Amino acid sequence: MDFGQFISYIASGTVYTVGVTLIALPSGLLIGTILALLYVYGGKAAARVMNLYSTVFRGIPPLVLLFILFFAVTRGINLSAFWAGSLSLGIVSSAYQMEIVRGALLSVSGDQLMAARAIGMSRLQSIRYVVLPQAVRLAIPPWSNEAAIVIKDSSLVYALGVPEILRRAQLIGASSQRYLLAYLSAAVIYFLLVFGTTRLLAVLEKKLTIPSNP
Amino acid sequence: MLTWLGYFERFGQNFLRGAGVTLELTAVGLAIGFVLGLFLALARSYGPKWLQQVAGAYIAVFRGTPLLVQLFIIYYGLPEIGIAFSQNLAAYLALGLNSAAYQAEYLRGSINAIGSAQMQAGRSIGLSKWQTIFYVILPQALRLALPSWSNEPISLLKTTAIVFLIAVQDLMAEGKRAATATFDFVGVYLAVAVVYLVMVFVLDALLKFVERKTKIPGMDIETSR
Amino acid sequence: MPEPILTIKNLTKKYGENVIFQHLDLTVNEGDTIVIIGPSGTGKSTLLRCINLLTRPDEGQIWLDDMEITAKDCDEDQVRQHIGMVFQNFLLFNHLTALGNVKLGLSKVKKMSDEAATEKAMHELARVGLADRADHYPGQLSGGQQQRVGIARALAMDPRIMLFDEPTSALDPELIGEVLEVMRQLALDGMTMLVVTHEMGFAREVADRIVFMEKGYIVEEGSPDEMFNHPKFPRTREFLWKITELYGKKETDTN
Ligand SMILES: Nc1ncnc2c1ncn2[C@@H]1O[C@H](COP(=O)(O)OP(=O)(O)OP(=O)(O)O)[C@@H](O)[C@H]1O
Ligand SMILES: [Mg+2]
Repeated sequence: MDFGQFISYIASGTVYTVGVTLIALPSGLLIGTILALLYVYGGKAAARVMNLYSTVFRGIPPLVLLFILFFAVTRGINLSAFWAGSLSLGIVSSAYQMEIVRGALLSVSGDQLMAARAIGMSRLQSIRYVVLPQAVRLAIPPWSNEAAIVIKDSSLVYALGVPEILRRAQLIGASSQRYLLAYLSAAVIYFLLVFGTTRLLAVLEKKLTIPSNP
Repeated sequence: MLTWLGYFERFGQNFLRGAGVTLELTAVGLAIGFVLGLFLALARSYGPKWLQQVAGAYIAVFRGTPLLVQLFIIYYGLPEIGIAFSQNLAAYLALGLNSAAYQAEYLRGSINAIGSAQMQAGRSIGLSKWQTIFYVILPQALRLALPSWSNEPISLLKTTAIVFLIAVQDLMAEGKRAATATFDFVGVYLAVAVVYLVMVFVLDALLKFVERKTKIPGMDIETSR
Repeated sequence: MPEPILTIKNLTKKYGENVIFQHLDLTVNEGDTIVIIGPSGTGKSTLLRCINLLTRPDEGQIWLDDMEITAKDCDEDQVRQHIGMVFQNFLLFNHLTALGNVKLGLSKVKKMSDEAATEKAMHELARVGLADRADHYPGQLSGGQQQRVGIARALAMDPRIMLFDEPTSALDPELIGEVLEVMRQLALDGMTMLVVTHEMGFAREVADRIVFMEKGYIVEEGSPDEMFNHPKFPRTREFLWKITELYGKKETDTN
């Protein structure tokens, strides 16, 4: 086997790695945002429940949580390892993303919400048109960090047998007995994915920056 | 429904043994990471240009790739060039090298926050550059870094869970063994999760306690928020 | 016979055990400019926030024209449209241009078409002298300009009454004049205004009545002439002296 084949075999796992990330990250964002809105605007009882969710889910190693969710989900419904793993990672990430969104909401809320209410906007309108657009901008840098974490954590589904980058590196490493090269190649691909993503988000952040005088 | 609570009775001893290994991994990884991280942070802020770049690259690479890949390179890859480690040693090394990159960033943040003003103050009373670093800047920077740094032990404790994939006998490995014995994967891993949670909470309380005890009056730690 | 626009009866506000003000009565007639003065922490801001229902009073009633806005079945959002509020720190929406700030209420609350909202918003910006700054973001405007956008934003809703909470106290001295000038013009145009301020020059010249509040009570109220020249209570005289001394310099600047 030549080097090109070797590399392209590992690189073809990128489809799965990216796939897992593209499912886990948005589903985590969706759940996290809903929970954060409940946390901040849902009253005391909701805040307490959300706090518990956050504390527990962020207190358990992602791998352990991944296993629990994976086995729980696949026990109930017939899902492929890819989907079950991705969604489970999404739930793991939701607790972290909730904290990101919550932090952003809190740092915008107070006065801006009051100013919006003062011109007669309802609570929902104020959140929708005044708080959220600003919170999104504030959330981009920490969210970029979380995106990098999810890309890296996608390697955990290796343990579930999903043929992503790391699993493929292991397979070809075993068959060629060239583990070092295989895992180094995997590392390079992961690095490019993480680096590219954070760069892209940095560009987005710059684009969305609200103009102001220095 | 709560049958999984019974697993504590049945596997309690094993879980405890595993938890001990997990804590050991955390402690050793943290120690290696601190020493190397401190070196990296100083190299980045005060080293010669080339060293700054090397340190920067190290941090970017170790933060930009999964720990699992780093672990596999060390455990499965390096023996090919004649460097072989036992499972535990490979785990210590991977955790330490990885943690160093994160700890370096925490330390660098606070070193920068202390900033050049303190350096000038130190130099102005006749201290050398490295004397100023060790006697003026570091004591403040370490204290300043504590609140954000205290994420690291907890984060590291959680990441140790992956090293059972190279068959280190930590809590996760004990969990896996119990799971295969009972075929109740969800239940056993729930029990394991509870053990991790307890360790995380205790560690968190401990760190908060240390933070309170070492507080320097009037020194603001929330500068970066 | 002047018509009361705002009537406050027996108003009490507490935060927990802490009584901010008690049994407060105040009437504002159509077209009047009322200036409220008083030391820090007496509850002036709290009073304005109660009037705008941004916080709920514990006792008493407030009427806007004939409608009791403190009634249980009263639609708060409906009420706030009719009461303009200008804040000490402007509180512009940071992610929107000056035009966007003024337009938001028009499109989302009044449901005006984009075209109509733009036209109305531009009209209000012109009124505060900022038509040429419509596409600037708050971060690109001076404090005085930001506050004028804040005024335009409130005016755009065609309120029955405008509330100002220390609109110039966060401004550099040289920027105070432009904001006071806009407010003076508003008063001349017949807008009903309730203004918390320490700008005594403005109070003397523009106010129909000055209300002196202290420790949650209205100590005294009267025309500027009565208050400045023949106050009934020594506390009023004392406070006015102090405040005129503190803010005296600016006064000569702005007049
Ligand atoms: N949300 C709140 N919760 C509890 N107490 C409050 C709250 N808002 C204001 N207070 C208290 O109410 C009192 C009156 O405050 P308020 O802001 O109305 O005073 P003020 O007359 O506007 O003073 P200033 O001139 O400083 O603006 C203060 O003692 C303040 O601490
Ligand atoms: Mg006030």
